[in-house]
Amino acid sequence: MSKQILNIEKLCVSIGDKEILKGLDLQIGEGETHVIMGPNGAGKSTLGNTLMGKEEYEVTSGKIDFYGEDLLEMKTDERAKKGLFMTFQNPIEVPGVRLSEFVRSSCEALGNKMSLWNFKKAAAEQMKVLNMDTAYLDRELNVGFSGGEKKKAEIFQLLMLKPKLAILDETDSGLDVDAVRTVSEGVKAYQEQTHGALLIITHSTKILESLDVDKVHVIYNGKVVAEGDASLIDEINENGFEKYMKE
Amino acid sequence: MSEEKTYVEDVNRTIYDVIDDDKDSFKLEQGLTEDIILQLSEEKKDPEWMRDFRLKCLKLYNEMTFPQWGPGIEGLDMNRIYTYVRPNAKMANSWEEVPEDIKNTFERLGIPQAERTSLAGVGAQYDSELVYHNMQKEVEEQGVIYTDFESALKGEYADLVREKFMTLLTPNDHKYNALHGAVWSGGSFVYVPKGVKVSVPLQSYFRFNAKGAGQFEHTLIIVEEGADLHFIEGCSAPKYNVANLHTGAVELFVGKNARLRYSTIESWSKNMYNLNSKRSIVEEGGRMEWVSGSFGSHISYLYPSTILKGDNSTMEYTGIAFGSTGQDLDTGMKVIHIGKNTSSVVNTKSISKNGGCNTTRTSVQVMPQAKGAKSVVSCESLMLDSESRSDTIPVMDIRTDDADVGHEATIGSISDEAVFYMMSRGMSEEDARALIVSGFADNVSRELPMEYAAEMNNLIRLEMKGTIG
Repeated sequence: MSKQILNIEKLCVSIGDKEILKGLDLQIGEGETHVIMGPNGAGKSTLGNTLMGKEEYEVTSGKIDFYGEDLLEMKTDERAKKGLFMTFQNPIEVPGVRLSEFVRSSCEALGNKMSLWNFKKAAAEQMKVLNMDTAYLDRELNVGFSGGEKKKAEIFQLLMLKPKLAILDETDSGLDVDAVRTVSEGVKAYQEQTHGALLIITHSTKILESLDVDKVHVIYNGKVVAEGDASLIDEINENGFEKYMKE
Repeated sequence: MSEEKTYVEDVNRTIYDVIDDDKDSFKLEQGLTEDIILQLSEEKKDPEWMRDFRLKCLKLYNEMTFPQWGPGIEGLDMNRIYTYVRPNAKMANSWEEVPEDIKNTFERLGIPQAERTSLAGVGAQYDSELVYHNMQKEVEEQGVIYTDFESALKGEYADLVREKFMTLLTPNDHKYNALHGAVWSGGSFVYVPKGVKVSVPLQSYFRFNAKGAGQFEHTLIIVEEGADLHFIEGCSAPKYNVANLHTGAVELFVGKNARLRYSTIESWSKNMYNLNSKRSIVEEGGRMEWVSGSFGSHISYLYPSTILKGDNSTMEYTGIAFGSTGQDLDTGMKVIHIGKNTSSVVNTKSISKNGGCNTTRTSVQVMPQAKGAKSVVSCESLMLDSESRSDTIPVMDIRTDDADVGHEATIGSISDEAVFYMMSRGMSEEDARALIVSGFADNVSRELPMEYAAEMNNLIRLEMKGTIG
């Protein structure tokens, strides 16, 4: 196993009075691609949001280390600065803020200050990978974007921000076959360009077909109930989650 | 994440807050008496009619009551206001001739720079008088007149100026128009002849420096038939702990099929009473466009109004006001439809923060003869916390059944979801909020020339600074 960058131990997370994660363990090594699978309500998205530090997700016990540092002590922006990133399932619309302005400000916040010219050049290159028209740069952030356009814009940010660990939260949900392929191309480009690690949260497996997966974790009722290599994906595709839902 | 907010008294506005020593300036005594008005008139070498006009206005001012409907102005004591402060500088048409400290002030505000790159002409007023006025030769050769107001009163267009002066904003309208008529000084006169299109904007910048003073500049713009002009007005003042007063008057005459765009960025310090009046009258087929950014001031009363007199004349208003601690901004606009098939489009936005108070008043009047008039008014408010206040007060007075009038008002706050999204990309909470607010103001900044849009975004950032503990 390569150098460990993320270490989650016995993580318990509640929203309000409801406990969602109940002692979850997970380790990710540098450059590795991990997949989180599980039925609806298992706690998959809670894991993503907790890693990113969303306010209403309260960590009641357990720990998360990222590059040896206590992630739970950091604010969301500090986590991003350490190299953590998440694509949103349904990213919020922000009227009046242009996609270019948003991504350029983000790059700057992460220490990559670019001239407008260099930014546009870099953006055009990454948009090509995603089959996106550069006219999107001038669009208001996610405003009026279709589901597919939103997902592409998220992957575009992934390619521009080059994190060390990217969480993809249901990036393939609600996409048609072509859009899944494009998004998958984008994720592959991220792996090739940055050799960054991935934590792919999904309940379908279309996006995984063209990616090399190192490890699969099945979550049910707030815990990891099974782990394995990529072959576990096929197994689940055939038999579903039922056999893991015995508890 | 901490929810706690730091209370900020006033932001550090750096370039706007530098105060020059005013030891060399000439001031009339504080207060408002017939004697002071006569001295002022003498100082300014007014024509006789103007002196009489001032005295008449003073009388009206003393007879009229204070406005009873807006923010309280008890803190404004006219007996403590210097109505006239003449800088120790003669008006120059080259920046080299402007005294060093005054020139430096305008350099900091970026005026000479903007003049070189993006303006056709500039007037720069410092306290009560213009210290600089210049216009590009090509524009002058087109027959465009752009001068300080005193020259206009004596120059080639003296009769026209006399004919128009304070006829659109009359001293009888309200107490502060009467005050303006009595003590006005400085300002600009612009005349664009028939058919002349001025391709690059003209700008007047009004800079306040003297403590406890008033600024009462008069702007009169006449755009003749088929002509086209973009005029930019900028204002700023440093911060003092005593009341300062700004009561300017802007009168705009838009001819047949002419177009006038009037853009303003006001950045007052938070001790300023900004009781300002602006009015435009538009002839057949003419078009009036207002773009307005109101920042700072303690109290503002500001409602640019438009009279769509000619058939098929149109008006568009885009404005934003930002109110924070200790500010009570009463802003909005007024439009009167008289001509047939006239149309108006109004977009106002307000941002309230840290206990700031915004009231947006809009008034649409459609007269019986204005058949086929159309008006769309949209007012959006953004509240950054629960201690701030925002009111929208629309008035519609429609006297024909053949009009299409709509009004829409929305109020919102910054969603935690949006802040989380931006922070997940590395932005601090403060930067995330500032970016969201800039986005809210985006439709206004898009209407401004690039440099001014940048200035407005900068002002928003300054206002948003230090709001999160």
